This record gives sequence, C-alpha cells and structure tokens, in this order.
Amino acid sequence: MRIDSVDKLNHWREKCLKKRAAQKRKVLVCLGPGCLASGSDEILGELKKILSEKKIKGVSVESIKKTGCHGLCARGPLVVIEPEGIFYSRVKKSNVAEIVETTLEKGELVEKLLYKDPSDEQTIVDYKKIPFYARQQRISLRNVGQIDPDDIDDYIASGGYSALARALNGMKPQEVIDEISRSGLRGRGGGGFPTGRKWATCAGIDSDIRYVLCNGDEGDPGAFMDRCIMEGDPHSVLEGMIICAYAVGSREGYIYVREEYPLAVVNLQKAIDAAHERGLLGENIMGSGFTYDARISRGGGAFVCGESSALMKSVAGEIGEPRAKYIRSVVRGLHDKPTVLNNVETFATVPVIINKGGDWFASIGTETSTGTKAFSLAGKVCNTGLIEVPMGISLREIIYDIGGGIPEGREFKAVQTGGPSGGCLPADKLNLPVDFDTLTEAGSMMGSGGMIVMDNRTCMVDVARYFLNFLVSESCGKCVPCREGLYQLHGLCVKICEGKAVEESLALMERLSKVIQTASLCGLGQSGPNPFVSTVSYFRDEYLAHIRDEKCPAGICRDLITYTINDKCTGCLACIEVCPVDAITGEKKIKHVLDQEKCTQCGSCYAVCKFEAVDIE
Amino acid sequence: MVHITINGKVIKATEGEMLLSVIRRHGIEIPALCHHEAIEPTGNCRLCMVEITREEWDGWKKHVTSCLYPVEEGLIVSTHTPDVIEIRKTILDLQLANCPDSEVIQKMAEEYGIYKTSYEVVPEGDNCIMCYACTRICEVLGRSAISAVGRGHRKEIAPPFGAEPPDCIGCLACAQICPTDVIPWTDRDNTRTIWDRKFELISCKECGRQTIAREFADYLIEKRNIPREYFEICDNCKRSELARKMGEIVARAQEVAI
Ligand SMILES: Cc1cc2nc3c(=O)[nH]c(=O)nc-3n(C[C@H](O)[C@H](O)[C@H](O)COP(=O)(O)O)c2cc1C
Ligand code: FES
Repeated sequence: MRIDSVDKLNHWREKCLKKRAAQKRKVLVCLGPGCLASGSDEILGELKKILSEKKIKGVSVESIKKTGCHGLCARGPLVVIEPEGIFYSRVKKSNVAEIVETTLEKGELVEKLLYKDPSDEQTIVDYKKIPFYARQQRISLRNVGQIDPDDIDDYIASGGYSALARALNGMKPQEVIDEISRSGLRGRGGGGFPTGRKWATCAGIDSDIRYVLCNGDEGDPGAFMDRCIMEGDPHSVLEGMIICAYAVGSREGYIYVREEYPLAVVNLQKAIDAAHERGLLGENIMGSGFTYDARISRGGGAFVCGESSALMKSVAGEIGEPRAKYIRSVVRGLHDKPTVLNNVETFATVPVIINKGGDWFASIGTETSTGTKAFSLAGKVCNTGLIEVPMGISLREIIYDIGGGIPEGREFKAVQTGGPSGGCLPADKLNLPVDFDTLTEAGSMMGSGGMIVMDNRTCMVDVARYFLNFLVSESCGKCVPCREGLYQLHGLCVKICEGKAVEESLALMERLSKVIQTASLCGLGQSGPNPFVSTVSYFRDEYLAHIRDEKCPAGICRDLITYTINDKCTGCLACIEVCPVDAITGEKKIKHVLDQEKCTQCGSCYAVCKFEAVDIE
Repeated sequence: MVHITINGKVIKATEGEMLLSVIRRHGIEIPALCHHEAIEPTGNCRLCMVEITREEWDGWKKHVTSCLYPVEEGLIVSTHTPDVIEIRKTILDLQLANCPDSEVIQKMAEEYGIYKTSYEVVPEGDNCIMCYACTRICEVLGRSAISAVGRGHRKEIAPPFGAEPPDCIGCLACAQICPTDVIPWTDRDNTRTIWDRKFELISCKECGRQTIAREFADYLIEKRNIPREYFEICDNCKRSELARKMGEIVARAQEVAI
C-alpha cells in the first residue's frame, strides 16, 4: 500500500496497531551480532518448527519476532516473551521445547533460564527490572531489539515515519533546522559537531545539488552501536536522513556501510525497498511533493574511510584518502557539492527530536552534551552489550551499575573510550561524567561510543602498543607525521615492551606525539598518539618499570617475565602436558621443574594450573 | 585583493592564492617536498606548515599547511615560531629515518640542524617520501598510469595490479619530478624501460640519436596538435639546422651590408 498523505499514514498505523493488539503474545528472538554468534538462529529455527507443529491458544508461528540486538549480549542467546517481558538468557536449542511447553502453553516460568542477579541471587523475570536495562534511557536505540527490522509496518506501528509526516506537513525546512539546533544534538560519530549548525550551513549555500550522507563505516574495533541500529532498526536511520534532506534541500544521498557488515547492508536495502513501496522514500514522499532518494554505498572496510573527506571520495569511487579540509565538506563535499554527513546514531535520534521537541531532548543530559549516547560495552566487564545512557552519567555507573563490574572479582584498571585513538582513563577518573568535553579534557574522547574495560591483568604499555599497531596499519599513509610518526611511535613502544628502551625514549615519544597531533592531515593522525599519551600520563610508573627494572608488573610482556613453579605444585602433570616446548619436567605427585632456558613465556602452564603453583614475575 | 600579515609585515595578496606562494614571493624561505607549481597541492609532506591566527581569535591559533591554505583578509601568519620549527625538525628527522641515503633529505635536515636521525632507520626503506608528485603529474597529463596503493607504512607508488602500466606513455615526467630521484628508468639501444614497461624510442632522421618514446610522441601529436614531422628530427639537429640557417641569413645580411 502506498502512503500518499499524512492521513493515510495515521490510518495505516491504526491498522498496524490493531493487528498488534490482536496478537499480544510475542516471542522475541534476538538475532543481534552477539546472540547470532552464540547460535540464536538455531533457536529461531527450532521455535518455528515447534510452533508450526503445535496448536497453542493465542500463539502461532506469527508470534515469533526476530529482532536486532536486545542489549545484554553477555547473556545471549536471548529470548524475550511479551507482553510480560519475560527474559530468558543463555538459551540453548534444547531449551526451546521447554519454553514452549512451560511458558507459552502453561503460562509458567522456566526458572533456570531466568536472570539471576549476581549480587543477591535474586531472580528477575521482567527484563525492564534488570539493573542493566533499568538504568538506561533509550532514544536512538528505542526500537532496536524490540521490532522486526524487516517489517516496515512494525516500525510504523511504533510511531515510525510520524516525525517525517510532521516535518513534511507542518514545518518549514528552517523550522526543522531550528528544532534540531534547539535540541543541542551533537554528532554521535566522534567529532561532536552541532548537528543543527551543520544543517544550517548546508542549507544556506547556494547550490543546485546537495547531498545527505550517512556514515555507517564504524571502523572502531569493539564498537557495534551503529551496526546494531542499521541491522535492528534501519528505518529510523532512513527517516532521520529524509528529514535532514527536507531541511537542507537535498534530493539524493548515500548510506556508507562497510563490507564487513553484510546483514546491515541487507536490512538497509530491504528497508529502502519497503520505504519506496510505501511511498516514504523516492518521488513525492507522502504526497508532499518532496523527493529524496538514498542508496547504499559499500566501503572496503578501511578505518580511515570513516573520516568525512575520505568517505566522500570512497562514495565517489575514488581511493578513500582524506584531504585537507580548509574548506569544509559541508560546503564542498561529495562531487564538490554541499554535503551533510551524519553518523547512524545521529540520524536515528532525529525523528524523536522532531516528535518530542528540541527542548525535551535538551532537558536530558548536560548543558553542552544533551540527550543520550549509545555505547558498546566490551572487555573485562560482566555485562558486555549495547547500552544507551543519558549524557553526564558517570563512568562508574556505566561500568558497575549497568555493566555489573569486573568479572572474576578482579580489580578495575582502566577504561578506554573513543575507539583505537581514544584514551585510557584510570580508576580515579571513574566518577567523571561522560560527556564530550569532560572526556576530552581528561585526555580521552567520546569517539563513536566504544568502551573497553580493562582489569588488573592488563599491561597499559601493551595496550598502547596494540592500538598503535592498529593505527599504523590503518593510517592511509598519505601524510608524513601519521605514516612515519605513528610507525616510529609504535616501534618505540615495542622496544619498551621488550625491555630494550632507555628512559630518554619517553621524552622523545612525547615530543613526537605532539608533532603528530598538530601536523597530521586528518583526525586519524591528530588523535593517533592518544593511546600512548593517555597511558603514559596515567600509568607512567608502569612504563618506568618496563624501562628501568625491565619488569612488566601486569605480567603480560613476554620478554620481561619469568614463570616459576612454587611449592603449591601438586605434581599433577597438567603443565607438562601443555608446554609446547617441553620446558617442564617431573613426575606425578612430585613438584615439577621449569627450565628457564627452554621457556618461551607462552603462559600455557599458568593458564592450566589449578593450584596457583605457577608464579609470574 | 586581500591583506594578510606575515611575520609582522602587512602584505597584499590576490584572492585564491595559496599562502605558500605569497610567503615565498616575499623572500621567506619555507621548505617543501611535495609542492610543485605544475601540480595541485596535496599537503603530504607537511613541511610548509605555518601558524595562523586572526585578531578575533583571541590568541587562539592553529597550524596549517601553507601550500593548501588560501589567503584570507586579516589572516596573521607566522612562518618560523618555535612550534613550527619543531614540526619541521621532527618531520625531517622522520624522513631521514625513512630515507637515510637521500641527499635531498640529508641536506634539508642539515639546514635544520639534524645530522643523524633520532629514530630507528626504516628497514628496506627506498627513499620514496610518498609526496605523490609522480602520480599528480601523471594525472595532469591525463594518464593516471600509476597511483598510491596500499595503506599505512606499506603504501607504495605502483601501476595497477603491480603489472606493466597500460596507460603509461614513457614520458618520464614522474621520474623527472620526483624530488628524491627514486623512480628508475633506462634508455638502452632503441628501448626505454620504466615501470617495467618497454617503449620504442624514435630515432632522429638526421643523426640517428634516440629522442622520445613513440607512445609519448603519439600522445603529443593527438593531444597537443603537434605535427608528426616535429618528432622526426631531434632537438640537437633542429638546433644545428637552425644555426645553419641563421648563419646563412647572417652571412647574406653581411654580404648585403658590404
Ligand atoms: C579516522 C576517522 C575515522 C572515523 N570513523 C567514523 C565512523 O566510523 N563513523 C562515523 O560516524 N564517524 C566517523 N568519523 C567522524 C566523521 O569524520 C564525521 O565527523 C562524522 O561522520 C560526522 O557525523 P556526526 O556529526 O553525526 O558525528 C571518523 C573520523 C576520523 C578522523
Ligand atoms: S546480540 Fe543479542 S543481546 Fe546483543
């Protein structure tokens, strides 16, 4: 059905809602990246099979809803049963029959699959009451994990495309821009540039053609917010883009998605096709006379292609290399035309602002960082997953209250925000409010929303080395400070990890970092030294231990550690079996002996020992 | 016309000009490795960085590559602040580690007081400083036979797929513009070899000496409307011919005068 007026949209929504109401019972199966990796497609298959064979009152195959990431990936695969919100986690294929029988047929709970709070062993049935979810506020992720991304009507039933209707029908383009400006929304892709101002600049330039592009490159390793939105709620991104296009006067644009996100490409394409069919994209949108079309442009997966000027070159079919932006891309962007480029999350937020108003959005968060921000919580934290929180929340609340703290009772050591070129913040920064400016001041950055938690078994020099290595290989290689500078900085870092550095190296590295930051051509180089700069300022002693004492306090840097077997050894032979170089000898029930000459510090013995009989020094 | 201040002196410049040209025109030396008047600036080498500010920026300043920054009314430019010099020194220091054998780099580094790199010499370095002068001049000629491929430190200038470049015309523009002289080529017998591709050289009808690659001649004939005959005789012979003709004219004139 083509929706050619606002009335038709409202009418259609009523219809979709009625259909929804008739089918109260829903079984949501998470097909987000985390759950999929732990086998949720098998669960979906099994559920389909059982439900198509069984007759249950009020339940059928139609009751199954596959969704994008529900959030608590650490406990996946997840199955949620609506309307109660019954939260089943770590579901196996073999549990599906039981869920059907017990919950769908008898209306009872499958106790063993329910969430148990690790602190007090309390069982929580409704996911909305689990602290991980209860402490969040979801705006850009409002539908992710809730709706079926393949079903445009599910989006419409949840209020989808009503913001577009409002913009097209009752608002002048300038009023849309004003609303976004009033909201204080800042770009979620990392730079934090005020979105309203960007749109206003673009709209103000005299040009026959303007483009609206969406940045779905998401190159940060460990970040998956944009992926989850594109996979789980593609229409919200489209709707945001169309509203923007209307505001700035654009007729076409692209969504740039990396090749490594095949499901995002598929779901976005389905969404584009469905929106076309409904008359919500393309010619004469909703009968308003306004025309905008968006296509997918696939990126080869280079980190630097997320940078705006490189992205635009890549969309135009050229090599994705940044250019100097003394003339900004909003003025001269794709094909040298004025171009708005916004991040996936930025666009997904726009419809909500149009519907609820800029003032409402601005009332959330802090003065200069309004609204909410999505993060992917990863690393050494119990509840890894996808979250969205009001700006200004403290790192501690994110890591402990939502994230559930550090697993295995270990100690928190650092949290890295801002992706590979972000910074690592130590424990005494845990109370910092999370907003653009505070994180930058503290030597890190908001970035696009990756958050990696590290415990006390992490060596910060090794962390710096790891991320520098990533940046060295992802640098586009065009300008000297980034290409040669990061290469040398990484080389020096490796030396420290090997215990071959001198103390003067640190000063040289600090001077070099400063030049890379000021002299590099694009944001990659300008933020490239951050992994080193932030760790050396907060964990200088650890660097000095490597250099002066040739010791790695965390026991990570292979060249600086020795493994020894202590008196707790029970002579169980386990380490002898795993040692790849036969460095350990001994007999059953007699303390084993480790030959330092042969040992390659691989850590296998340490990992396998059940008696804490292997020491690292 | 716009007014900018360079190192305290107010200077007039034409709208659209880049800072580097204006600075150099006023006799201030700024090093640059990737800049060349014949090609579009790209800002790869970063040596031409200067500090800019404006009255209304309230002391805030930033560093920009002058080769790419267009002049603006009221711009205040400093070309040799301690920070700018630190940038240039560091870059030359890095380049020296990258191509220790390049005389051009050595000389530039020495001018900034660097005689030995502070960094580890890059193993298997090849003196290429990745300035893109070669790819840009090739683009100007409309060929784009070579390009920068790969990423990061492994980036290199190469023909497509690393094979003989089909669009190359053997004109040598890339080799000649290269500031560190690292693009190898040879002329042997009747053959020119560059980028592993062989080109037939045209021989001068008069003296038999090799002139330019046939593909290059064809290109000039087609694109620049130069008559084919032009390439049949080498420059030397053309010059001798001219000298001979001039001699005749002079002799005749003298005769007339006498
Ligand atoms: C090296 C580099 C990588 C970037 N990668 C991304 C990315 O993956 N996604 C993104 O949205 N922005 C990325 N950005 C930021 C973009 O350049 C740009 O600022 C952003 O897409 C603008 O949208 P926003 O204002 O909505 O954030 C990157 C920037 C740099 C310098
Ligand atoms: S993928 Fe299922 S909760 Fe994130």
